[in-house]
Amino acid sequence: MSSGALTPGLCVAGDVVVKRRRELPTTSGVVKVSPGQAVTPDTVVAEALKEGELRIVKIPEILGVSPSEALQKILVKQGDVVERGAVLAEMRGLWGLFRTEARSPLAGLVEFISQATGHIGIRAPAGKIQVNAYINGVVESVEEGRGAVIRAQATLVQGIFGVGGERNGVINALRINNSSAVSERDIPANCKGSILVGGHSPTLEALRCAANRGAVGFVTGSIDDKTLAAYVGYDIGIALTGDEPVSMTLIITEGFGALAMNDQAFKLLRQAEGHEASINGATQVRAGALRPEIITKRAAESDKTVGESSGVVQGSLKIGSSVRIIRVPYFGAYGRVVELLKEPTKIATGAETRVAMVELLSGDRGIVAIPRANLEVLG
Amino acid sequence: MRVDPKTLKTVLVTDCGSTTTKALLFELTPTGWRQTCRGEAPTTVEEPVADVTVGAINSFREIQELSGRTILASDDSFIVTGDDPSKGIDLYLSTSSAGGGLQMLVAGVVRTLSTESAERAALGAGAIVMEAVSADDGREDHERIERIRHIKPDIVLITGGIDGGSSTHVVEMAEILVAAAPRPRFGDTLTLPVIYAGNKDAANHVQEILSKIAQVTVVDNVRPTLDRENISPAREAIHELFLSHVMSHSPGYSKLLSWTPVAVMPTPAAVGDMVNTFASRTGQSVLCVDIGGATTDVFSVFPDQSGKQVSNRTVSANLGMSYSVANVLVEAGVSGIKRWLPFEIDESELRDRLRNKMIRPTSIPQTVEDLWLEQAVCREALKLSLQHHRSLAISVESRGAEKGIADVFKQSAERSELVNMLRLDTVIGSGGVLSHAPSRLQAAMMMIDGFGLEGVTQLAVDSIFMLPHLGVFSSVHPVAAQEIFERDCIVYIGVAVVPVYSKSANDGDLLAEIFLDNVKIGQVIAGQVVCFKSNGDSEGVLRVEPKRRDVNLGSGLGQAAERKVRLGNEGIIADGRNRPFNPGSFSVAAQMAIYKELGLIVDADSSAGVA
Repeated sequence: MSSGALTPGLCVAGDVVVKRRRELPTTSGVVKVSPGQAVTPDTVVAEALKEGELRIVKIPEILGVSPSEALQKILVKQGDVVERGAVLAEMRGLWGLFRTEARSPLAGLVEFISQATGHIGIRAPAGKIQVNAYINGVVESVEEGRGAVIRAQATLVQGIFGVGGERNGVINALRINNSSAVSERDIPANCKGSILVGGHSPTLEALRCAANRGAVGFVTGSIDDKTLAAYVGYDIGIALTGDEPVSMTLIITEGFGALAMNDQAFKLLRQAEGHEASINGATQVRAGALRPEIITKRAAESDKTVGESSGVVQGSLKIGSSVRIIRVPYFGAYGRVVELLKEPTKIATGAETRVAMVELLSGDRGIVAIPRANLEVLG
Repeated sequence: MRVDPKTLKTVLVTDCGSTTTKALLFELTPTGWRQTCRGEAPTTVEEPVADVTVGAINSFREIQELSGRTILASDDSFIVTGDDPSKGIDLYLSTSSAGGGLQMLVAGVVRTLSTESAERAALGAGAIVMEAVSADDGREDHERIERIRHIKPDIVLITGGIDGGSSTHVVEMAEILVAAAPRPRFGDTLTLPVIYAGNKDAANHVQEILSKIAQVTVVDNVRPTLDRENISPAREAIHELFLSHVMSHSPGYSKLLSWTPVAVMPTPAAVGDMVNTFASRTGQSVLCVDIGGATTDVFSVFPDQSGKQVSNRTVSANLGMSYSVANVLVEAGVSGIKRWLPFEIDESELRDRLRNKMIRPTSIPQTVEDLWLEQAVCREALKLSLQHHRSLAISVESRGAEKGIADVFKQSAERSELVNMLRLDTVIGSGGVLSHAPSRLQAAMMMIDGFGLEGVTQLAVDSIFMLPHLGVFSSVHPVAAQEIFERDCIVYIGVAVVPVYSKSANDGDLLAEIFLDNVKIGQVIAGQVVCFKSNGDSEGVLRVEPKRRDVNLGSGLGQAAERKVRLGNEGIIADGRNRPFNPGSFSVAAQMAIYKELGLIVDADSSAGVA
């Protein structure tokens, strides 16, 4: 393996080009924007007609007859347009008494009448689906029928895990020390439409309070797993999120436990206070890695120095690299690589692996051997 | 490239996994075929690279660096071995599970008949079954439709009805599919590939209904009669579609396919082939597990009631050691994992550590406690995946065929489980947590505990996860693949001796005596776990004689068990804890005592320490 950390770093930068592909789940839509056009998060980029629902009406079961008998009783044909409540089939009892009817549960088109089952498929009228721009930016390119790529020069802060989907709001930094745990009393009274930022390990009460007060997003350093499960309403199994039934998107930047947000992320988000931001908690750790994100205004020149790091892709671990340790016993500690040992080294578990000698810059000081797989490169 | 096995001397094989692409070099040496070098690199199917061949080439470069053999020309094409035998390769082969592997939706009529057969067909082809819907699964139509909509399958397999029997229900399942209109995972512009393998009389109806949303391939019924299962045609159709549809749309795969004259196999299919070959060659009952980061594959070969060896494969799609580790936590529960630990840990701490592993899946345990925690998770993942496997590894017999509509759901077959732990001969473990455990004895204990092994079982691991490579190589050169399997792949750890006995025995009771080549080497005591160490990996005839009439070692109550065994590195592990495990027997102190007895914990003053 090349001398690289296996864990890719996250992007935390105050001035980067952000491109987001906004597309319909079909190619037969209409793109509503054009290249060069300025867009806001709510701008409709493309829309399409979405095929209506197909409802299956089980005629034999309703009439209490066999499929072949049911076919004799059907009063409509394929292609007919029916109203809700229209009689699709009827059967009269003995001497024409006791009529049994099968009625359409919706208005729509008779799409099929199955000769095998006697079922009728009714297709509801088409609806509309739209995709919006999600971020403030400019249309870079369009794909006919599908959507567009939106480009922005912005601040991008990626988190390590999130729940909840895309939302837009205004950055609102909590009035607490970044290294403090968040409790209910720290939630501002007026946070409707806010994306709250700061602290770590919010209590369940704090999260619920923020959501109830109308916050659309919450970005914090870490969370306790039990609190997360209580907030979402269930224990998340695999790391594939974004569709949770929560009214407030939640993003953690560091991990699970009690870890303060990293300084770079906090300062960048702080400088965007009062500004609009786009947030998405969707996370997918495998097969197409997707990390939660906050995208907001580009950092001012005076703030850029704290956001020069653009995140580092894997494979760039070298002497002098700034790193964060992502496994106990030094989980969350920051350091600097002072040596990269070439040969595998035996660690406390008995495993042999390639390690880096890291000078700790937080917590307990000193130089420690850390498996390269347990380092996240910051710069 | 050459495919004639007689001309092969140097073969390069990759397995493109979801995270890592692993390349192995197989060479014909003066001492026979050997695995001589290994390289790996991150798989590059995903953005921003989005070309699987980049990761493959990176792994080849590592092979070059480590072996000193030049494989690639300056344009990264393969050098074919010519006059200079120290350069180039003769053949390149590959397996793949990248991008999450082959994901399928299976639909049938009766859960325990057509749907199960369809699931076995899909699993046998190396697929992950995302969802299996049946007309009798207890759900309403709208619930099935909703569930199907959430899935983006690569391929759908729809089955139902015996040939000449009722068509109604299988056509109904097709209607539900139309209503749900699942979108294929790859390419929203592409038509969903559907394989129909049900009642042949319903084929036209199904094709007609599905024609609007799918491209339908009709193959022989997986269940032509109640008492006969015929899954090969469906399996082959799946494999063909996997190549033509799934693989060809995965980034870079068409280029990878052009490098090899042999079809790329799904990783689990390749592993399954090697397991079947092993079982067939030895005549043994085998259980093989590949526990990865996201999924756990279980393969088994057991005889059915007629004595014929039957192979089965299941994949527990959401049980694994990194991406899916939190799902093991959810399914096993905190207490399920904690019971294996020889130290106390706060519930929140346990949950947070596993969640951190989930979001940083490539990290490794650095402390002994963290290692124990991961190995405890492994035990539970093995247990859960075996439960899943047992539910599907059944033999099919019927009480008779009836063809009326009303009778469809009354039709039943005698379902007998094939997996019998008392009759299991060999278990093979694969996957990082087992193959790369710091101690082979740790791997042995994970399998003994996780699978709840019973009787006398040979224990082995796949040394460096070589089974998929050997599986695809065996399709070209089975003899060479077998040589490498025996010499470089399979590592014998030892033998587990686990008597099963009645609850009337007390801790400390003598259960059995163990003899090797007629020399007594030890005893099995109720409640204790002891390892009788070997002096190297030798062979011998193991005989275990029960000392109580209620002890079963696999040959019947009170009967001795005797077989030829390999002692491996660790020897004989005598486990007197009984099966199933007594929930009350678990405690931190009890686990500590076991691990100390086995030498897995050496520091008496703390939970830390490693042998």
